[in-house]
Amino acid sequence: MAHVTNFNLDQKFDFTAALKKTIMMVGGIGAILLVIGIFTSMGGDSHGGHEAAGHQTEHVAAADDHGDAHAAEAGHETGGHDEFHWSKRFFANLWINNVYFAGIAIIGVFFFAIQYAAQAGWATAILRVMISFGNWLPFAAIMMIVTYFIAGHDLFHWTHHDLFVKDSGHYDSIIDGKGGFFYWPLAKGSFPIFWVARLVIFFGLWIFFFNKLKNLSLQEDINGGDSYWYNIRKWSAIFLVIFAVSSSISAWDWIMSIDTHWFSTLFGWYVFASWFVAGLSSICLVTIMLKERGYLEMFNENHLHDLAKFIFGFSIFWTYLWFSQFLLIYYANIPEESVYFLERLNSDKYGAFIFVNIILNFVLPFLVLMTRDSKRHTIFLKVVCTLIIIGHWVDFFLMVQPGTLGHNGGVGFMEVGMFLLYGSVVIMVVLTGLSKKNLIAKNHPMLEETYHHHI
Amino acid sequence: MERDTNFILGIYDDEDVLKDAVTKVRESGVKIHEVFTPYPVHGLEDVLGYKRSKLPIAAFLFGMLGTCLALTMQVLMMSVDWPMIIGGKDHAPLPDFIPVTFELTVLLASFGMVGVFMVSSNLKPWAQPRIFDLRSTDDKHVMAIDIAHNANIEETKIKELLQTSGASEVNNKSFE
Repeated sequence: MAHVTNFNLDQKFDFTAALKKTIMMVGGIGAILLVIGIFTSMGGDSHGGHEAAGHQTEHVAAADDHGDAHAAEAGHETGGHDEFHWSKRFFANLWINNVYFAGIAIIGVFFFAIQYAAQAGWATAILRVMISFGNWLPFAAIMMIVTYFIAGHDLFHWTHHDLFVKDSGHYDSIIDGKGGFFYWPLAKGSFPIFWVARLVIFFGLWIFFFNKLKNLSLQEDINGGDSYWYNIRKWSAIFLVIFAVSSSISAWDWIMSIDTHWFSTLFGWYVFASWFVAGLSSICLVTIMLKERGYLEMFNENHLHDLAKFIFGFSIFWTYLWFSQFLLIYYANIPEESVYFLERLNSDKYGAFIFVNIILNFVLPFLVLMTRDSKRHTIFLKVVCTLIIIGHWVDFFLMVQPGTLGHNGGVGFMEVGMFLLYGSVVIMVVLTGLSKKNLIAKNHPMLEETYHHHI
Repeated sequence: MERDTNFILGIYDDEDVLKDAVTKVRESGVKIHEVFTPYPVHGLEDVLGYKRSKLPIAAFLFGMLGTCLALTMQVLMMSVDWPMIIGGKDHAPLPDFIPVTFELTVLLASFGMVGVFMVSSNLKPWAQPRIFDLRSTDDKHVMAIDIAHNANIEETKIKELLQTSGASEVNNKSFE
């Protein structure tokens, strides 16, 4: 059996120039693809106009099936957005990645807090990896707020003032009924102070708890003793309660409000599950990367097994929520609910991605990660985690694009480029944060338990 | 099946001594019948050289059986025997079948797993378990060595080996 003295507890992650170069290269490829994507959609303006016309007729046909409420919405959409501009697609992409990577960042802090709240010892070696994801949070907050103020009008239907004016011709009684959720206490259709305040407060709280937990953990390195552990556990418990509420509400705010008419009661959980699986996969990939570079000697296949079990289990959890949402809507077949899935399944742009989503996020992890061996070997996990991260990006793509871009969306150069560029910036920030401090919480009272973890 | 009746028991007080002893005994060519411990000892299966259980494979196969059974049952009932249209869906609405399929998969996987475990561990209700030493349920680790299986090695040598490997007692045990 190994003992404390056998391990180097003062190791620090050396963010080498070679690694930085690789990440920058991926980001560069992303940037090039993004520019190509922008140019191709700029050139296709006339084509885009044609598509918008097709979109209009389809919407009218759909309106016949689904009653007046939808007809009003369709009429408004086609009336207000005949011209399609490439920037709209750019901002929709930005929003997808904003929400996706903000989620992965907060999941790092969340999983850190879970270890303390559950008094778990197995993951002590990778606590610093988890918490380092929070380094992205301040950037995510800025990106989201800026994107909202530049492109909120393109992304969110409810920002249009005339929806709330009774004789404007675009009056929408359903959105008017929900207006307070965005605009309270100001007049509906003015500045959505309640919505923006929630965005700011949630990020403020998340960043506060990230810093609090990180600093306590760093002080433990210096002073030792188990009082820090109790203190972190207390703050973790408070954070988890706040996160439970804020993660749900942020999912309604940032994603569900895109399809303003539509609602789903488990949407908050569904988005959280998507974030959680993607976050766990990211934690797993970073850990494997560190391990291959010779860090974290005490993290062996037993710990990897546990981490992979989380990925396996929560992939199924995500599927459970996805399917629960789908089945009830499919079964009841109420027009204002089923329009959400019709918009996706009947579209030649999005229809296939529904199945890509299910295959990448359920079938593949379920079948591959089922055996013990695949959970204990990095080669399987590298493949599966990468595919899960792509798969959950597709999930967010399917949540955001149909409601914002309709027929003008799809996966093209712009989507792939933006994902690569954005992702590599996030990795840069996270790894820079990780390299700044000790890689292992060396005075954590449960380190000994980690060494002997055996399953 | 006739069971062997004569055993040598090594009684150990400490799990680390036990694990070292198991390694030593196996290296000297003596076959160990079984080791009884009052609580699960991590790493004991490894030093005993036990292979991993094949129970998960049985669970998977029973689960697949449940999936197939459930889907067949529902399709035959709802689409072939008495086709029904519910909520304007097709005769074979696959999403509607998923909850029942899931339940039957879980049910058969778990029942099948329990059944296979009972059979493979000889846990039939009327089975008479053999108790080698009552103290293995309290605070002693008991290593049982089958004399008939180690006929090529003298009994005294086995006893001596157990003594030197750290056993606090070495006893003989016979069943009727």
